[in-house]
Amino acid sequence: MYCKDIKLNNREVHRGDHVFSLALKLSAIGLAVLLGLVGIFLFRAALPAIHTQGLRFVTSSVWDPVQDVYGAMPVIYGTVVSSFLAIVIATPLSIGVALFLTEIAPRSIGRVVGFLVEMLAAIPSVVYGLWGIFVLAPWLRRVVEPALGKTLGFLPFFQGPPYGVGMLAAGIILAIMITPTISSISRELFNSIPHIQREGAIAIGATRWEMMRLTVLTSSKRGIIGATILGLGRALGETMAVTMVIGNRHEVSASLFAPGATMASIIANEYAEATSDMHLSALLGVGLALFLVNFTISSIARIFISRGFRWGAIRNGAKG
Amino acid sequence: MKHSFTDYIYRSYRKRKVINAVMYVLLSIAVTLAIIPLLSVFGYVIVQGMPALNLEFFTGLPKPVGEIGGGMANALVGTCTLVLIASVVGVPWGIAVGLYLSEYGKDGRLSSIVRFCADMLASIPSIIVGLFVYALVVLPMKRFSALAGGLALGLLMIPTVSRTTEELLKMVPNHIREAGLALGLPRWKVILWIVLKGSRGPITTGIMLSIARIAGETAPLLFTAFNNRFWQSGLDQPISSLPVQIYTYAISPYDDWHRQAWAGAFVLVLLVFMINIITRLIFAATIRKRQES
Repeated sequence: MYCKDIKLNNREVHRGDHVFSLALKLSAIGLAVLLGLVGIFLFRAALPAIHTQGLRFVTSSVWDPVQDVYGAMPVIYGTVVSSFLAIVIATPLSIGVALFLTEIAPRSIGRVVGFLVEMLAAIPSVVYGLWGIFVLAPWLRRVVEPALGKTLGFLPFFQGPPYGVGMLAAGIILAIMITPTISSISRELFNSIPHIQREGAIAIGATRWEMMRLTVLTSSKRGIIGATILGLGRALGETMAVTMVIGNRHEVSASLFAPGATMASIIANEYAEATSDMHLSALLGVGLALFLVNFTISSIARIFISRGFRWGAIRNGAKG
Repeated sequence: MKHSFTDYIYRSYRKRKVINAVMYVLLSIAVTLAIIPLLSVFGYVIVQGMPALNLEFFTGLPKPVGEIGGGMANALVGTCTLVLIASVVGVPWGIAVGLYLSEYGKDGRLSSIVRFCADMLASIPSIIVGLFVYALVVLPMKRFSALAGGLALGLLMIPTVSRTTEELLKMVPNHIREAGLALGLPRWKVILWIVLKGSRGPITTGIMLSIARIAGETAPLLFTAFNNRFWQSGLDQPISSLPVQIYTYAISPYDDWHRQAWAGAFVLVLLVFMINIITRLIFAATIRKRQES
């Protein structure tokens, strides 16, 4: 670094420099402290609920504020199912979008479509929720769910009356919301793969698709997994859109048509009616759990993605 | 021999061609499926929101249940107030962290920890930040307030601002810093008046993008800023905001409120997209200029 090369004597350094670098360092440390404080404050506020409910807090499926019994099982189940549904829909879609944009589309079209897909991420969550209530849910109730019930009704996932609002609606809306995340990272990964590899594949007689499969998809597998995990993290914590379309009922039901609740949606939905301290503490406990899960998932995603890119970078270097 | 080697090659080639064509079709379908929701959301927001807009929407206060009409004037002002408070918290903090990462700790241990924390802060759900501020500010103060809401949004701004600042300042060539130091300027002046000042424009666009993001946030405001049907009387009072108002109206059972929710969504989407498109264009132009020079 340039300052080390100059080797200034400590006494010769301007006094302002000490103050300035200290101020910057403190704000940087402050950011790390802030993250720690989030965990500590949530834990402290959730302590009464964890204390009285014990292990039942995560294993019991009874959530009854009147009796002061709080079991988070249904919301954990709802979070897992809706996020899983979102990942199942969004991952192939996003990889398809990224492949189309980097490998097939001419640059001008690719830029416009890429911009449009990124705009999906700019739409506020509450607007998705509004659209979900008045457009998506009625469409699911009238068209999609009856059709699914008729054709795949023998599966437990597609049984029961079509409500419109429910797990399926939440999963679809989450899929829409995480598609830009997964596809933009995949695009960057694909772009980091050197062109000479693609040319090599074409030169030995591969079709375009075989070229994509052999050079692009195979070498960015790790990064794609990372991007998907990152998308999963987004889906787990997404609040408003899910709250508005999931129906908010604390029940574990195998059917995707049935209403449910997620960890984030129960917090958003019940904060106003939380009159007893224990209810509030239980909601904060759910928040703490969500924070810890999200923290873990994001860390894992970060490792995968940075390794995925490093892999690409090594190959770039090998190219010369 | 009937099944000669060339025959085999020919048949497998035909099969590969078919698979190739099928994959092309599938990829095109994927892109179409990804674009449809955007067009649908856009279309409905325009078709439902535009006709619902009128002068009263921008000037009036929300009417009580049952009365037709009313507007979101207080929510519009509220959102502006919250964004302002958020910027006071998030912008200096974010820039300071970005400056530290780019100027002092390029590869240090602390900076990798700080970078990790910024990434984590960027990826934790916004509702968690809201809960944190609730436990930090609202519970001790015993009331919802504009300050708490602004603080929650400000914390959400930090990672974006610090990331943009760091990335942009990394692109400033070292000889510019060396030139400043060679003139005998203290380092802090070089950083503030030469390095940072030179990147004023693009950093501002980065800040605008983060504002576009937080302006649409609802979840962290629910239990910090809460909502207010009237003009807010002070920063220590609950304050209404456009997203929370849209949410409240959307889940209500009244048609007139639904109409207003769409109008609010139209204004919000317009706001967010304008900022996004304009700043992206400016940003791309600046980056191109930097890379050329």
